[in-house]
Amino acid sequence: MIKASDAPLLEVRDLKVHFPFRRGSLFRPEHGFIRAVDGVSFSLREGETLGLVGESGCGKSTTARAVLNLIPPTFGEVCLEGEPIAGLSDTAMLPHRQTMQMIFQDPFASLNPRMTVGRIVGEPLKIFRPGMDREGRAVEVMRLLDMVGLNPRFLNRYPHEFSGGQRQRIGIARALAVGPKLIFCDEPVSALDVSIQAQIVNLLEDLQTQLKLAYVFIAHDLSLVRHISDMVGVMYLGRIVEIAPADELYRNPRHPYTKALLSAVPVADPQIERTRQRIVLTGDVPSPDRVYPGCPFADRCPQVRDECRKSPPKLEGIAGTADVHQAACFFARD
Amino acid sequence: MTDAPVTAAEKYARLLAEAQQVRGTSLGRDAWRRLKRNRAAMIALGYLFLIGIGALFTPLWPLQAPRMVRSDRAFAAPQFQPAFTQTTTWIDDSGAIDDDAVSAAFGIRAADDPKSGWFDAFNRQLLRLRGAIFGRWEAASWCGCDMLGRDLLARLFWGARISLVVGLVAGLVSLVIGVSYGATSGYLGGTVDSLMMRFVDVLYSIPFIFVVILLITVLDDPEVKAGLSSWGIENRITIFFFVVGAIYWLTMARVVRGQVLSLKQEQFVEAARTIGCNRRRIIFLHLVPNLLSIIIVYLTLTIPRVMLFEAFLSFLGLGVEAPDVSWGVLANEGTQSITAVHIDWWLVVYPGLALGSTLFALNFLGDGLRDALDPRLKNR
Repeated sequence: MIKASDAPLLEVRDLKVHFPFRRGSLFRPEHGFIRAVDGVSFSLREGETLGLVGESGCGKSTTARAVLNLIPPTFGEVCLEGEPIAGLSDTAMLPHRQTMQMIFQDPFASLNPRMTVGRIVGEPLKIFRPGMDREGRAVEVMRLLDMVGLNPRFLNRYPHEFSGGQRQRIGIARALAVGPKLIFCDEPVSALDVSIQAQIVNLLEDLQTQLKLAYVFIAHDLSLVRHISDMVGVMYLGRIVEIAPADELYRNPRHPYTKALLSAVPVADPQIERTRQRIVLTGDVPSPDRVYPGCPFADRCPQVRDECRKSPPKLEGIAGTADVHQAACFFARD
Repeated sequence: MTDAPVTAAEKYARLLAEAQQVRGTSLGRDAWRRLKRNRAAMIALGYLFLIGIGALFTPLWPLQAPRMVRSDRAFAAPQFQPAFTQTTTWIDDSGAIDDDAVSAAFGIRAADDPKSGWFDAFNRQLLRLRGAIFGRWEAASWCGCDMLGRDLLARLFWGARISLVVGLVAGLVSLVIGVSYGATSGYLGGTVDSLMMRFVDVLYSIPFIFVVILLITVLDDPEVKAGLSSWGIENRITIFFFVVGAIYWLTMARVVRGQVLSLKQEQFVEAARTIGCNRRRIIFLHLVPNLLSIIIVYLTLTIPRVMLFEAFLSFLGLGVEAPDVSWGVLANEGTQSITAVHIDWWLVVYPGLALGSTLFALNFLGDGLRDALDPRLKNR
């Protein structure tokens, strides 16, 4: 792999997003925090893809939003091309939005129904290239639509006249309009039909080779993430519990949670599928509003031991992998 | 190799021409299609359109002069025999218009009057056109006459001008203030939202009829009047538009704020922030266009309220000033003329009909618009 530079494109260190809440009666309120993201660190080089997987509510999307400053991060550092951007105001954040974009989950909700496709895709151009005239913008929008595989003639149509897959392509064209180096894909295909999913994923891959894009790819679908990612991070309760190169993680999962997740992936061969051993986790995801003294996974872990409940395990490199494979488990080496 | 970018540019230029041919169906156009299927709403719309045209081109119609006092026919009942008479006094047989007579009978300022503006010129042109078309013919008193013998039909038309403009302008003023205020408050949220909305609550708690009466009394002060006159504001009614508009925005602000609160959670707002839209852009280009449906519907409900309020103020003698006339003033005069001795029903019924039918039409239209614009009722 050719690396553009040694400095990572995006570096996230110990990112935390806590939402304050109040509950209980008016007279005896209880204050607390939902720890949606609780110390996430990762880094990403140009042209790389980081997959983020985990069950619903584990903070994947919140991580993306906090990095993009759509939600103010509570704590932690985010460096984009070496510049700290965590918690910047909208105005200060503006130039960085040209480097970092996002594709949203729901193609039906992420496009303004009152705007034509031309205006939706042209809006970032209006903001970042104010010198551009109307016609130049229209031509640029058409080039972008062409690039994402849409008919450029549909410039003056409205989002409700398109199918889900086409709408997602419009969303991709909008993200590409500013010429970003990094795109957060927040479950970009989970709202689409399976047949359309493959098309969108292929489009994203083509665009990556063409434009040298880096992705942070958030998804539920483990095989999809394996397919598209260079690195995969597994999140649980606002933390990354294991991170490794995609193939390494799938071949050799170390964290018990990763093992359980992978064992739940169905296999396309019915023979193997019948004999497949599954690790079924008991219990529910613990509430993110409490502080756990030990490992947050301890209550559901099949391999839990006493020390797991005393102090939280840190994300540490596995011996023999040059620290590219990291897991947050005391017994990852076993 | 060097040809490639040129051909690409040409290709898109050609495609651009093609793209102009493809027109998407906007939500607005979709709604219009649905509205067209609603007969009551379309009749209401047509009626309002007719009234609007009728009021705008009032001097063109062969009506009597609204300020022509004839004591010999005070309280004259409606008469249709003959339907038209050749009795116009302000125009001679050659078709020339007597500017002074017009000024007295219509309240249209003569061209040499320094206060004469574009609207007077417009009215004069219409009168000339009328003279050319209808000559000296004018309608008889189809709706009867008032206590000074002035023709009620003509006064209804001239009153329509003021009543409709009051409704429209005050409605628009309340719309602009209410939508901006509500959308800003809802989008910013948190403490700012609380403060802005508490301010609205405070204004709500003021009995605003007193505020209006106070304001109008102040504006009636000769000194204030002279001051306003130097600013080019001649008419109390102009102030009235803004006062009423500035009061009726409160509910609009609340309605819009509530909608914005739910709308700002939508993903496209987040997407707009991601591509670097500032707050103003998000509020006015992303949120407000999505609120158009409730804004329009609410506007069609505000206009009747404002018109009724104007009528109410005119009832109290605080609305339109004397030689000018509005539907509210006419209805007021009508009720005052009802006595035990004789009941001049036409003085009450016709202004009431005019006001009532317009309010009805606006409500039907608002109802139809709500159905047409609400996407949840689509295809049902």
